[in-house]
Amino acid sequence: MSPALEVLSCGPLITVQDGGRPGWLGQGLALGGAADLHALDEAAALLGGAGAAIELPGVPLRLRCHGVVRLAFTGAQMRAEMDGRELDWHAAHTLPDGAILDIRPTGQGVYAYVTPADGLATEPLMGSRAAHLIAGIGAALAPGDLLRHGGSTAAAARRLDPVPDRFSGGILRLLPTPQTRLFSDVERERFVATAFTRDPRGNRQGVRLAMDGPGFATERQLNLLSDFVLPGDVQMTGDGVPYILGPECQTTGGYPRIGTVIAADLPRALQAPPGARLRFRFVTLDAARAATPSPPATRPLLRRPDAKDLLNQQLIGGVVSAKEE
Amino acid sequence: MGDTFPRIEPLGEAALLVRFTDRLDDGANRACTAFRAALEADMPEGVIEVASALGSVLVRHDGRDLRDALARRLTGVDWAAVAPASRKLWRIPCSYGGADGPQLAEVAEMAGLSEAAAIDVLSNTQVRVLALGFVPGMPYLGILPDNWELPRQTNLTPKVPEGALVVAVRQLVLFGTEAATGWRQLGRTAFGCFRPTRAHPIALSAGDEVVFPAVTPAALRDGAAKDPESHGGATWSELT
Repeated sequence: MSPALEVLSCGPLITVQDGGRPGWLGQGLALGGAADLHALDEAAALLGGAGAAIELPGVPLRLRCHGVVRLAFTGAQMRAEMDGRELDWHAAHTLPDGAILDIRPTGQGVYAYVTPADGLATEPLMGSRAAHLIAGIGAALAPGDLLRHGGSTAAAARRLDPVPDRFSGGILRLLPTPQTRLFSDVERERFVATAFTRDPRGNRQGVRLAMDGPGFATERQLNLLSDFVLPGDVQMTGDGVPYILGPECQTTGGYPRIGTVIAADLPRALQAPPGARLRFRFVTLDAARAATPSPPATRPLLRRPDAKDLLNQQLIGGVVSAKEE
Repeated sequence: MGDTFPRIEPLGEAALLVRFTDRLDDGANRACTAFRAALEADMPEGVIEVASALGSVLVRHDGRDLRDALARRLTGVDWAAVAPASRKLWRIPCSYGGADGPQLAEVAEMAGLSEAAAIDVLSNTQVRVLALGFVPGMPYLGILPDNWELPRQTNLTPKVPEGALVVAVRQLVLFGTEAATGWRQLGRTAFGCFRPTRAHPIALSAGDEVVFPAVTPAALRDGAAKDPESHGGATWSELT
């Protein structure tokens, strides 16, 4: 059998994701791709090469490895166990042929990523491997699925350093949109003074926010000509409740957008778990450009007192043994 | 910010919006299509993707400042008068009225026409793809004459099928998916707006012209069954 990850069991809406599918916006198909693009960059840094990943929206997954595989675990903090032994998250490990991997959510963050070295080798469609379920492209993973990859040679485990911290809400920097000025100064000031919580309602199309107080309204009733919307746009629906749009948002819309979350902060926005606190702060275009994060840094995964057996195996063979010592 | 058009506005850090109008306008929409086509034919350095909507052109870029470059490309051309270099004329068979168009009678009355006259007008009017959206490949078509300035229903129709031809505000929409809508259903086609595995997954482009010739319900289904491309028996030719 060629190298693959076999899905033994899985929660709902786990998909394959990559950088998305550019070139179709004018025909009504959004870019799509990973909700947390930083997590793909982190996987690439850990593995030394980028590629398509498994995206888990806060749900469990059980995999069997066919062939040796180096896997990066990035994005939302999950608990990963190989044959009953815990493997560090925000790290890359080499797993032996036959290893069984269990991944479970911890409630920190939403979207977790499991990436094999050089990425998954599933069949691309329209130039991308990313599922776009709302558009009818691809399918959620199901037990029995075999996700092929190129195979790996064993290498020592590495971890991200520093460990990222974008999984519990926080401050989101906003740029004005062409519609920001449709909201009065008073409404904009109230908006940035409001402490929002991430509503349980949310998916790859967008995330609803909740707040105390009335909805945010434009100065007059609007009949806006439908226009382009992009991921990160903070859209006010009819009742004035904000939604942060995600990678599978529609390509055009007629609701006013009070601002757009800068690219550096969009992963933090979409990784905020239900109940997390979110606030907004307007910044300038120059500040947004300056906020581009530096490439993720990694270092060897060092000994942890509580993981001695794991470490011995890693230092000896570069491969974590799936068998008892 | 003034109200003059066209104007160039940033949309986030990596996109610019070139807006030609803030209301539905035939000339401005033609300008969008033509300017998009001109950019696509000669992409400025740093541009990743261009797209046109009802009244604007989106320019996705790699983060550099392209405002001056776009402004230079915009000036000195009456974009509304520029014919797109390449576009198609589609003939998409449509079954009007009856179960396939349950609101035809209501719409005809609102437009001041008999049902037969409404079918005749709709079958013979060439409309243009103004924009695609809502779901992939779903066209907004127009612009119909003044008497089709029909408001959307305040009570949504709970469900129209994929392929439904609906009308409101001097536009037709050919639904790309089953959905609830405030637009009124005149007829039904079997046109697949989006099929990811087709050689051309999205059939239509902004600027394409479309007519919806009337066929019987049986002919519609027969034509669709024989169409390997899931275009519902539609045919097309290049317009030059």
